[in-house]
Amino acid sequence: MKTTGIVTGIISNLVTVRIDGHVSQNEICYIDIDGTKLMAEVIKVTGKNAFVQVYESTRGLKQGNTVEFDGHMLEATLGPGLLSSCYDGLQNNLTTMEGVFLKRGEYTDPLDHGKLWHFTPIAKPGDKVSAACWIGEVKEGWLPHKIMVPFSFKGEYTVESVSAEGDYKIDDKMAVLVDAQGEKHVVTMVQKWPVKIAIGGYVEKPRPYRIMETGVRVIDTFNPIAEGGTGFIPGPFGCGKTVLQHAIAKQGDAEIIVMAACGERANEVVEIFTEFPELVDPHTGRKLMERTTIICNTSNMPVAAREASVYTAMTICEYYRAMGMKALLLADSTSRWAQALREMSNRMEELPGADAFPVDLSAIISNFYSRAGIVKLKNGQTGSVTFIGTVSPAGGNLKEPVTESTKKAARCFYALEQNRADQKRYPAVNPVDSYSKYLEYPEVVEFLNAKISRNWVDNVAKAKNLVRRGKEVAEQINILGDDGVPVSYHEQFWKSELIDFVILQQDAFDRIDAITPLERQRYMLELVLKVCDASFNFDDFDQCRSTYKNLINTFRQMNYSEFNSEKFNGYLGQINKIIANE
Amino acid sequence: MSSRAFQRIYTELEAITKATVTLRAQGVSNDELATVNGRLAQVVKIKGDLVTLQIFSGTEGIPTDADVLFFGKAPSLNVSENLSGRFFNAYGEPIDGGPAVEGEARQIGGPSVNPYKRRQPSELIPTGIAGIDLNNTLVSGQKIPFFADPDQPYNQVMAKVALRADVDKIILGGMGLSNDDYLYFRHEFESAGALDKIISFVNTTDQPPVERLLIPDMALTAAEYFAVDKNEKVLVLLTDMTLYADALSIVSNRMDQIPSKDSMPGSLYSDLAKIYEKAVQLPDGGSITIIAVTTLNDGDITHAIPDNTGYITEGQLFLRADTDTGKTIIDPFRSLSRLKQLVQGKKTREDHSQVMNASVRLYADAQNAKTKLENGFDLSDYDKRCLEYAKDYAVNILSIDVNISIEEMLNTAWALFAKHFDRTETGIKDALVEKYWPDGSK
Repeated sequence: MKTTGIVTGIISNLVTVRIDGHVSQNEICYIDIDGTKLMAEVIKVTGKNAFVQVYESTRGLKQGNTVEFDGHMLEATLGPGLLSSCYDGLQNNLTTMEGVFLKRGEYTDPLDHGKLWHFTPIAKPGDKVSAACWIGEVKEGWLPHKIMVPFSFKGEYTVESVSAEGDYKIDDKMAVLVDAQGEKHVVTMVQKWPVKIAIGGYVEKPRPYRIMETGVRVIDTFNPIAEGGTGFIPGPFGCGKTVLQHAIAKQGDAEIIVMAACGERANEVVEIFTEFPELVDPHTGRKLMERTTIICNTSNMPVAAREASVYTAMTICEYYRAMGMKALLLADSTSRWAQALREMSNRMEELPGADAFPVDLSAIISNFYSRAGIVKLKNGQTGSVTFIGTVSPAGGNLKEPVTESTKKAARCFYALEQNRADQKRYPAVNPVDSYSKYLEYPEVVEFLNAKISRNWVDNVAKAKNLVRRGKEVAEQINILGDDGVPVSYHEQFWKSELIDFVILQQDAFDRIDAITPLERQRYMLELVLKVCDASFNFDDFDQCRSTYKNLINTFRQMNYSEFNSEKFNGYLGQINKIIANE
Repeated sequence: MSSRAFQRIYTELEAITKATVTLRAQGVSNDELATVNGRLAQVVKIKGDLVTLQIFSGTEGIPTDADVLFFGKAPSLNVSENLSGRFFNAYGEPIDGGPAVEGEARQIGGPSVNPYKRRQPSELIPTGIAGIDLNNTLVSGQKIPFFADPDQPYNQVMAKVALRADVDKIILGGMGLSNDDYLYFRHEFESAGALDKIISFVNTTDQPPVERLLIPDMALTAAEYFAVDKNEKVLVLLTDMTLYADALSIVSNRMDQIPSKDSMPGSLYSDLAKIYEKAVQLPDGGSITIIAVTTLNDGDITHAIPDNTGYITEGQLFLRADTDTGKTIIDPFRSLSRLKQLVQGKKTREDHSQVMNASVRLYADAQNAKTKLENGFDLSDYDKRCLEYAKDYAVNILSIDVNISIEEMLNTAWALFAKHFDRTETGIKDALVEKYWPDGSK
């Protein structure tokens, strides 16, 4: 018997329900309002009163409306067909909804139950299996989508039968498993999993040891993110957070991309809908949309579902990780999620923490970031979830609770700076304040030096130092005037400008410059450092400035040219000539 | 609003605050409307049989034995073609002496458009103001505010933009409008002979602030009727959103909510987003474009209201007084239209984005030269030419009293380049310079 209840109080989307039985924390319930069912989640229980947050508008709700509890937490439906889909925060399929407007209480199925998938068995009768073991696979687009023993299965099972190769629907019986007590369990292509709980089923979660290429130089060269790592991008509005995230989504070296548009502009999601089906994945040549799932809870959609949206997105990533794939989760923006938590905490009249955010904000954020990671699966293969979130600090001030809490949880920090954005130096990532903790991991350093070049990490440190030094002398030149400092100061400054313009700045709207493969990044960094090492013996600062301006211009043309093309080599010749002449 | 038969009247209030009253009542639904001694109120909280009502016009003089009547429905607006040319108050009642509008009653603050059903905005909205059309081109379906200090002529600029824009309907949502400004809008609309395509919802400063909270929803419900049902291009003007946010903070304060930054409610972002995100390009050709005004306190954009607005809207237009020329200009550095690249060079001439970038870059060089001058350093010949250019640029392009076509703006910009600079100094692609550089100059 399901627990039921009746509505006794309403403040905006926080509803109190008098219950007639047992409920659990985070259990889902449906409130009946004139035949329409509104989905809600239990967030607090005191005595016979359950406090539920409603995922929809509560307009017209009355004291006395009936409520039915569902017996489980908010779950994601996992199976073939997740890719290329567009869901709201509760995983309703937005593409199959009728009408222009979202209707309250309209819930659509995340997966297509009628579609046929071509199944190939992996497990054999007699195999011993446990949760997350692979039973077979279907081709989802071009990716092998593994059909697994459901994550909720505890203990060991023996495979009794597996369906033969052929075309099946997602609800068809794919295997029968027998547990230790001799009881039979049917496995289909679909399974459900509560989004707030991390999916396990792996052997271990080692420290990340290899980097994930993004094609964005300021990330890959200066502060690389590890595969299975975490990073965040804080920045005031208008600094290019979304452009940078979209660039990573387009170019990231991952097999699965999940984009969670959490409380942001709807037109930005429209941009993804419009562009991704056309754009090509630079790593596979397939259409970007084929590897992408969009979870979209824009700023005007119900606030409570914002929190659900990031968890749903993470659960889908973890599901693909269990298949041995590289998943990348991009969430824009986690501040909106934190604000949703704040609104609810406020309505529950909890004692507030800093800026009226709930006091456990920091714990919630670090718990979420900790779900990312590279894992070793039971069959020895690896899978990973890399997570990059954006943060929208109020007033652009990084000393606010969401930024501070995230800084404790994420290992990479890409600080977008108003000043750089004003000067149109995009991506506006501050090269000095940003960091990647992964550069401190010996295994990552070893990986980078082996993959890129022997002294890569040293070269990067050198370049960083030049940028830092350049910033310092720029201030002195500003105070003392061009004539007030020795020519060597100007040279220092222009070296850092060279690195800034050639390596750090990148045109996200230029076909060639937008994506720089690691090999090209190595080449360009070494070439820039060669210029920085050259001794020019300038007579005065004017000569220094014009030489470097010329160099920067030539280097930029190089960035716009196909790598190793005739044009590229032509510019290279010009640069070598400048170095030789001086 | 008339009462229904057999309607129960409650006459015992349990509590009264400055904006709310609480009473015991049965069968009341959330967001429902009521009257308290004839004043319109809305249910904001239900706890057991205790119902809290927010009275829009304030609780001054409300006795504990006031008559409370519940309507059983949320605030709504009667929509039909007859809305055109009319002026209404925050409750959707006519204030122009005309009859009440007959039509379908639609609840205000309705549901959102399914993001998957939206289309990418792609239609240019020309305004004749070069600081907007050339540097920060507006696109239908966009939402963008003017950030302006209270002493700047933002309402005048907005009225100009609205009357020049090629749209089917203009809907004005005036919040805390001074009576003078209300009359100004009315006069402008009437004298432009455009009254039949304009609908106004107005709350003036002499009316209670909480009423303002209804204005954007009223205006946008009317906008959705014309954009969705009639496939029309609708432009919505909201002025002043800062006063709207102030009203929000008053209500949340009365409801004992814990304030967040700048004593604004924690839900400010969602509250503003719900309004601005109504801007949409619909699949069947209709669109809602929102131009708003957010007044600033001495140019401070880190205050919670402009800050949250900036995260929601697709850019912002900054008004600034240019002391060198005495003109009010659209600041080219701090203004931004995030959607401009969707139309620049696509719906306008090929040289648009290059000319825009070059002209702003040279203006930036002029600012650097100005700083140099102020710090007592010597100016180079280039610096001096930049300063001369900056004056011409401010008067002929940036000033809000410019009214020319985009083609003329581009030609004006080329003429200024030719007057003050040589070809290489603009940094524009060679092919474009060959084609557009005015003849007979250096």
